Amino acid sequence: MSETVNQHTEVSYLEYKGRFKGLFAWIFSTDHKRIGLLYLYSMLVLFSVAALLGLAMKIELIAPGKTIMDAQTYNSFFTLHGITMIFLIVVPGLPAVFGNFFLPIMIGAKDVAFPKLNLLSWWIYIIGAFIALSAQFLGDGPPDTGWTFYAPYSFRTGTNMLPAVTGAFVLGFSSIATGINFIVTVHRMRAPGMTWMKMPLFPWALYGTSWIQVLATPIVGVTLLMIVLERTMQIGFFDPALGGDPILYQHLFWIYSHPAVYIMILPAMGVISEIIPTFARKTIFGYKAIVVSTLAIAFVGYFVWGHHMFTSGMSGTALYTFSILTFFVAIPSAIKIFNWVATLHKASIDIQTPFLWALSFLFVFMVGGLSGMVLGALSTNVHLHDTAFVVAHFHFIVFGGTGYAFFGAIHYWYPKMFGRMYDKSWANIGLAIFFTGFNILYLPMFYLGMTGMPRRYYDYVDEFHGPNIVSSLGALLMISGLIIIITNLVRSAKHGEPAEADPWKGKTLEWTVASPPSLENFEEIPTVTKHPYGYE
Amino acid sequence: MEKDQHTHIVKYKTYVYVLIALLFMTFVSVIVTEIDLGPYTVTMALLLASIKSLLVLLIFMHLKFDKKFYGIMVASVFLLLACVIVITFMDYLYR
Repeated sequence: MSETVNQHTEVSYLEYKGRFKGLFAWIFSTDHKRIGLLYLYSMLVLFSVAALLGLAMKIELIAPGKTIMDAQTYNSFFTLHGITMIFLIVVPGLPAVFGNFFLPIMIGAKDVAFPKLNLLSWWIYIIGAFIALSAQFLGDGPPDTGWTFYAPYSFRTGTNMLPAVTGAFVLGFSSIATGINFIVTVHRMRAPGMTWMKMPLFPWALYGTSWIQVLATPIVGVTLLMIVLERTMQIGFFDPALGGDPILYQHLFWIYSHPAVYIMILPAMGVISEIIPTFARKTIFGYKAIVVSTLAIAFVGYFVWGHHMFTSGMSGTALYTFSILTFFVAIPSAIKIFNWVATLHKASIDIQTPFLWALSFLFVFMVGGLSGMVLGALSTNVHLHDTAFVVAHFHFIVFGGTGYAFFGAIHYWYPKMFGRMYDKSWANIGLAIFFTGFNILYLPMFYLGMTGMPRRYYDYVDEFHGPNIVSSLGALLMISGLIIIITNLVRSAKHGEPAEADPWKGKTLEWTVASPPSLENFEEIPTVTKHPYGYE
Repeated sequence: MEKDQHTHIVKYKTYVYVLIALLFMTFVSVIVTEIDLGPYTVTMALLLASIKSLLVLLIFMHLKFDKKFYGIMVASVFLLLACVIVITFMDYLYR
């Protein structure tokens, strides 16, 4: 891609000695790579907690009636699991970790446009996380509303709602600041010669995502603030008793939270668009179509929020408008899938761990996407709304989409980030166990939902017992796979074999710098003359 | 980057006029709540708020004197939000 070859003579960002030492050298660092790792470590801790909460819920559901927790604890667990996973991991996840680390390097810049704002974003993220999680330990017991904080229950429940809502509100500022930073970085800091159509697809995906972050997040911020005001001052925005409308809350919440699904999935698609051509040793098929579909998803994704509200009591006109718009958003998503598959056609594929993650992504994402079509149709949605089917669809899309892409990304860029290679055999074993467990866990939930098992209940009738046992055993298997994957990655950061600068023979700019990169990435800013995926 | 930066000094008087216009429209938006406009209550409130924010963007935030590109970006965002608001209130109109 670049004609400039960096000589890798500078000290790496991991060894660089700045103004501060020890922990302070990390938490006060404005280096985009260190900030990316700060997010990674924070999310690793939060993810472990949230995943264990999920496992506890599945153990509770292994048999009807009370197994290990009562109904109120179960309600709190799914609320905390949802808040942590959505607001603290999946929404910020890929942009905050890999966007921070790789966006500047992939566009040939030394850092993001506003490094101090970048560090502030991480601090706001940590403060927001503390506020949100404090809800579990303070006041009148953990919140039990689910991560959606639906009105009117969210301002009537006696549980400790305010810190959870305030935490989510604060986290929005982190998201907006990161979005602004990335938009300006892409506009102003691309290397000489890197025109828009020579920019790699991961930065393109981050660019589309950043616009959604900047434009949609303030809406949920204001909505959450309205909940706080409703609870403290009884104004009457959403409470019917005060003249408010609870459906207005759902509109406002999903105006943000549906585009937020694209905040989660667009960077994931960007990661897959990087991994596939590298291991197919082939130029990506339909580069421009992928770029246009990225922007189309970001745009159309704004107008489909109502499909979360088909049973809320919306008008008939709104119902079929949202249903039609929902089907439109499937088109650009399908374009991407066809492009990835076409890239693999007649390719010289090098089967490595990141590629296996990308393939697994294609499978689970398609299951998630197609089940989304079932939910996008009004007739079937009414039957399946608020059942286990929705939980299965959601996890296939969000965990199967963003989660698989996250693990794909870390296995792809790990040698660049840490300068060491993980144990590939253990990585593949971990993936095989995880993938098997994932499908055993979530596939039965499609069946359970179709046969009528509601979600968010700690108990069920005996007819649902069999599939629930299978699903719970799948959860145990999936967690075992996760433990292997994470242990392998953590251990390899110190004990792994030293990695080359370009272990996968990639063509984008990050593979032209040392592993791990130096503080300023490039000794000399590269001049870009070629297409990012010039394999032929 | 330097070549993009230029300063435009707005007359003090203009700022005062804009301030008066903003205060006037705030006053109007309070008064208008007394009149029953039915489904157009929200339209009126949003219209007044949009004019106010447009004045702030154009004059106080110097969008009027900046490159056209930024104007197009802001206009696209306004259009997007307008679509979102219209779709939301379509539910209320037809419920």
